[in-house]
Amino acid sequence: MPRPGSAQRWAAVAGRWGCRLLALLLLVPGPGGASEITFELPDNAKQCFYEDIAQGTKCTLEFQVITGGHYDVDCRLEDPDGKVLYKEMKKQYDSFTFTASKNGTYKFCFSNEFSTFTHKTVYFDFQVGEDPPLFPSENRVSALTQMESACVSIHEALKSVIDYQTHFRLREAQGRSRAEDLNTRVAYCTGISTHLFAVTSS
Amino acid sequence: MAGVGAGPLRAMGRQALLLLALCATGAWGLYFHIGETEKRCFIEEIPDETMVIGNYRTQMWDKQKEVFLPSTPGLGMHVEVKDPDGKVVLSRQYGSEGRFTFTSHTPGDHQICLHSNSTRMALFAGGKLRVHLDIQVGEHANNYPEIAAKDKLTELQLRARQLLDQVEQIQKEQDYQRYREERFRLTSESTNQRVLWWSIAQTVILILTGIWQMRHLKSFFEAKKLV
Repeated sequence: MPRPGSAQRWAAVAGRWGCRLLALLLLVPGPGGASEITFELPDNAKQCFYEDIAQGTKCTLEFQVITGGHYDVDCRLEDPDGKVLYKEMKKQYDSFTFTASKNGTYKFCFSNEFSTFTHKTVYFDFQVGEDPPLFPSENRVSALTQMESACVSIHEALKSVIDYQTHFRLREAQGRSRAEDLNTRVAYCTGISTHLFAVTSS
Repeated sequence: MAGVGAGPLRAMGRQALLLLALCATGAWGLYFHIGETEKRCFIEEIPDETMVIGNYRTQMWDKQKEVFLPSTPGLGMHVEVKDPDGKVVLSRQYGSEGRFTFTSHTPGDHQICLHSNSTRMALFAGGKLRVHLDIQVGEHANNYPEIAAKDKLTELQLRARQLLDQVEQIQKEQDYQRYREERFRLTSESTNQRVLWWSIAQTVILILTGIWQMRHLKSFFEAKKLV
């Protein structure tokens, strides 16, 4: 019976350390991302979105109603155990930041159940963790050069410019939607009232 | 001899696969549930000449095991993209996992609609479908490691390229903003014109009707010999 050689012993040690490393990696929140989605919410409807989040990840949910009715929607965010982390009724715009206290599926829902006939267009931006780095080996220990640091800060500044632009675009879309509604209403009302007036007075 | 070392190595391999599987599911991010014939539409308001890449993955609900199956071959999703004028830009059937790309040629609201096109209703039988969706617009759609490899860029050059792409995106968005503001201004001016003409017309009608009524009453009184 051959004795277990050094190769096998090394394999066993590597296996044990591999397990520990794997366990550690699972606990560390990995690079996340952002999901920006605009969707239409019909009247009396509720739409839910889910995301699996690791413990300790900082997440931000931001939403805005673009068109429809009084431009408001109900929003609700729940953690994997069903505990409500955020609940607001009839809100036009809000931003909520939280840190995931446990691993699991987080759920957030938008509800238009209070509205009888208006469809709403809702935009939301769900940011989970940090954006993935440009280079896979970004978590190297060596410091960035001055040029690289400058590039990183310009990148962050431009990201916030794009973010402001998005919010401006959404507000403008909201304003334009109201203006177009007003225009149609004025067209109908003036036409109808002129006719009525002419008919009743003669 | 080979058998003694293979055991722990195989176990390690399995654990590596498990981690990989977890990472793969995590990379997809957001998901939602969709019914059998339900159509889900998403709107992307984008400037022109902007590329949009969408990735989706579907999982079907297994009623017996009460769990979502990791992948379902034979399940298709129909993707339809309409431009702001209502013209269909993309209308294709993809498999249970797919990736669609389109570039906008008109600025405005593009509508991306997804619905499952499964004819095998028995598969669904009142079940639901889990759809993982990821839509990247403009410079987010760029794959920088690929660009670096293709154009052989150094790290600094790649960062500069990323900044250039971001600035280009900002410029496009600002051009689109100018176009939208013009539309808004035209709408407001049209409303203003309509209200102006309506008030003038109402006043004129009022005056004319008043004059006509006075004349009619005068002739009526004269006929009745009251005046």
